[in-house]
Amino acid sequence: MAVALLTIAYCLVPAASKSGFDAEGFGRLPVLLNGRTQPLDSVARNSLLILRGKQTLALEKGGSMPAIRWLMEVFFDGSKADSRTIFRIDHPELRGMLGVSDEEKYFSMAQFQPKLQSLLKETQRIESEQIKPEAQSPFEKAVMRLNNNVILYRRLKNSMQHEETRDFEADLAAYQTAIAPGVKAIQAREGGQEFDQKAFDRILDHLQRYDMMARFGYTLAVPSGSPNHVRDDWTTVGAALMEAARGGSIGTPISLFARMADAYRSDKVEVFNAALTEYGGWLAEHRYVPELAKGRSEHYFNRIEAFYVTAVFYVFVFILACASWFNNVPALSRAAWQLLILTWIAHTAGLIYRMILEGRPPVTNLYSSAVFIGWGIAGLGILLERIHSNAIGSVLAAIGGGSTLVVAHHLAMDGDTMEMMRAVLDTNFWLSTHVVAVTLGYAATFAAGFLALLYVLRGFFTTSLSTDMAKSLSRMVYGVICFATLLSFTGTVLGGIWADQSWGRFWGWDPKENGALMIVLWNAFFLHARWGKVCSEKTLMAIAVFGNVITAFSWFGVNMLGIGLHSYGFMGAAFSWLIAFDISQLIVVGLALLPVAYWKSLRPPQATPMKATSA
Amino acid sequence: MLLKRLIRILCSLQLTMVLLALSLILVFLGTMAQEPLGLYIAQARFFHSSFVDAASMLAALKKAAQLLNIYVTPMQADEVLSARWIPVFPGGYFLGGALLLNLLAAHWQRFVFTRKKAGIFLTHVGLIILLLGQLFTDQLARESGIHLTEGETKSYSESDRRSELAVIDVTDAAKDRVVAIPDNLLVEGATLADSLPFSIRVAKYYEHSHLTNRADLASSSAGFANQGFGLQVEALPLPKVTDMDFRDVPSAYIELSGPEGSLGRWLVSGHLERGQSLSYKGRSYRLALRLQRHYYPFSLTLLKFSHDKYRGTDTPRNFSSDVRLQNPSTREDREIRIYMNNPLRYAGLTFYQASFDKRDDRATILQVVRNPSWLAPYIACGVVALGLVIQFLIHLVAFLGRRKA
Repeated sequence: MAVALLTIAYCLVPAASKSGFDAEGFGRLPVLLNGRTQPLDSVARNSLLILRGKQTLALEKGGSMPAIRWLMEVFFDGSKADSRTIFRIDHPELRGMLGVSDEEKYFSMAQFQPKLQSLLKETQRIESEQIKPEAQSPFEKAVMRLNNNVILYRRLKNSMQHEETRDFEADLAAYQTAIAPGVKAIQAREGGQEFDQKAFDRILDHLQRYDMMARFGYTLAVPSGSPNHVRDDWTTVGAALMEAARGGSIGTPISLFARMADAYRSDKVEVFNAALTEYGGWLAEHRYVPELAKGRSEHYFNRIEAFYVTAVFYVFVFILACASWFNNVPALSRAAWQLLILTWIAHTAGLIYRMILEGRPPVTNLYSSAVFIGWGIAGLGILLERIHSNAIGSVLAAIGGGSTLVVAHHLAMDGDTMEMMRAVLDTNFWLSTHVVAVTLGYAATFAAGFLALLYVLRGFFTTSLSTDMAKSLSRMVYGVICFATLLSFTGTVLGGIWADQSWGRFWGWDPKENGALMIVLWNAFFLHARWGKVCSEKTLMAIAVFGNVITAFSWFGVNMLGIGLHSYGFMGAAFSWLIAFDISQLIVVGLALLPVAYWKSLRPPQATPMKATSA
Repeated sequence: MLLKRLIRILCSLQLTMVLLALSLILVFLGTMAQEPLGLYIAQARFFHSSFVDAASMLAALKKAAQLLNIYVTPMQADEVLSARWIPVFPGGYFLGGALLLNLLAAHWQRFVFTRKKAGIFLTHVGLIILLLGQLFTDQLARESGIHLTEGETKSYSESDRRSELAVIDVTDAAKDRVVAIPDNLLVEGATLADSLPFSIRVAKYYEHSHLTNRADLASSSAGFANQGFGLQVEALPLPKVTDMDFRDVPSAYIELSGPEGSLGRWLVSGHLERGQSLSYKGRSYRLALRLQRHYYPFSLTLLKFSHDKYRGTDTPRNFSSDVRLQNPSTREDREIRIYMNNPLRYAGLTFYQASFDKRDDRATILQVVRNPSWLAPYIACGVVALGLVIQFLIHLVAFLGRRKA
């Protein structure tokens, strides 16, 4: 308990700033990307996630580099960044094509730069053949992925300065003096008059590089600085520099970026930090206070990694609660209970923080649905534990909360998880009613499924499932399914009403709608089976476990069909996991349907082991 | 005796369970079939039908197998459409109807209304309303669309998928007289007379087609048409579209005949929506195969269409259409803004901001829905939700009471 509290406290307190470049401060700077204001720290973490699948960069000589330090290097010292092993290449044929070793997993730009041409050729072939992502072979998928990653990397490299710049401030000064004569020369040339070839060439040299930056630049890092700017008034450094030729001057932000870039390359820590502080001051002066605050709070949220810590805690809850089943020590189950409450509070806090950051209800995409389903299952677990106090609720909360957070972690691999909502979905009212209800319906159906799973596993493999325990578990399953039916039905119907409000169609047989309907139908099936007393308790448990398969299909499977309004993206790797999950559930269903003679628990008293083996 | 048994089965909870399980399977298969067959065909074959046919079923099963990484050749929509219709599984109407019967019978036969079961009772009443409402919606609702460019005025909407052959008498400059023949009558060999001075014989009809220059065709045989566009271009059949983002574009070869004999043979096509002119007995006509139109006694004018994207992305942020509604019969003349999640409800119709024209950023696409039973699901859902909440509370109270005891 004390250890847990200490861990949380440790996570919340900011790390003492070490001497050197103020990477933390740099990470807090706001930029516009994906249509939203975010700190550079988020840009760094998400980019590294996309490229490498991790939020930090492991160094060859041991230790690791935080994402933001890596991003600083990419921004300001491209040639050094080229030697970092950030590209994950798994496919052996692709490795062969790029001429890199088969021993490693991660590679640097410098390693496959010589063979980059062959990657491009292969990409062009796939694009010109218009092979859809679903139809691509694993090799082709790997090619497209790597190509996208190379593009992302090059865009990052050209976001702050042109990738080949050696002295940015000198370059800007030269540009400033070249503008006036250069523009005159261009106008004269266009007018068909005599013009100054030297001035023309000089400015063209700059403009070509800046134009490349404007087209490639990834982050919109330059605020307009105009007194009545709106939220979206941000541009890339390249575009702002091109604009300077049309009469403007090179603004303060770019001059400061240039100073930071040069200071970074020449290792002048004080100059860099002073420029960073000055830029912060400039932003505050020009009414960018909300953006600065957003940058700070999201940076903080990234750093505390609330959901990672929470997931680890759930594992401890699980261990404690399981231990309490086998050793009847009250202290163990009490510890599990207290730690669970603490973990759930942390989970809730993370969820609320995220909602405030986004200004949205809890579920906006697949990633956040996973976080929320975990929260819902854990909440139900706590409720059940409070009522029954037999550590079953704790185990449910730990398994449900922990595993869905792991799922969420893997869903975050696609990059930004707080992307803006498309026009149709941009309504907080429906997001907070329909989506929340449906997602809680998933959570409750999963919870019932897991409880039934516990029933079957304990009954089949151990003798610990007493008749009382079985009754109590079965009642829990029933109660949770009632709750699940209520939520899924309400959620599905609210979705219909939303669709009727937006398209005039209450029901359109969209795959996601169908998925929700399948959950409702299955839950109704369970309820009728129980009310009609048509099957045994064991069979009822099998029905509830199968609910997991249906819920998983509804949650993920329909996204994999690649059709419909709700298909947020095609996920290849996730699919094998879904299949594996379904198979495991079906095995449990099979166990549940085996005659009771094969079970360790619940055997009728007259059934001796002899009979069981001969049956 | 037999009747009694039948009634007992009809009322039974076991039947409910069987029907629920079958519905679940149907919904699953219908979802699977959407990718190979397209939403509309899948809907028609699985949900808006009494029985699912073998070919559609095979398409769904093959898709399911594919998902499991088992390689099978996927079924195409054409194969399914041309296959013989063999019923193999109960469809949406059958299961919906059976559930309805089962519900009604059970309530009539053995369900005694008690306070303990008030919630369940309400829930079932709501479900009955929901099922009936959806049945009515299926039969009565009509969806169409209006494509408007800024400044344009229209007093009709167009069907999303259905076509019609329109013969428009344009002799009178002030008023057109339209005779429209819906596409389901345009079958090969049909002769349509209607209220026209000449008859129309359909020689060929392609549900989906593309046009090609006659000169480009390999065969030099003379084409069918001897009038209009058909002299230059030839229509060739294409398989039906399954992608939701596209629609079928039909073409037809027709022959017009008056009492005196053939007036000529034409090619009409959805690709040539503006149509072609002809004159007969001093009157001028236009002949067009176009999307089915529904005319209204009022008109809409698009004043302004706006749509924004998030800066630096392709994600749409919002759409809105400022329209002017004019109705001469009621002398209404007002301006309305239609935007996402904010439709215009007028004259039993609802106008939604549906989409935008990818080729023209000054054009809007509004969806027009007429659905007299649109309220049914709202009422049904209210009743069901109330029922579920009541039942849930009853259980909760009972449960807490037991725990206290």
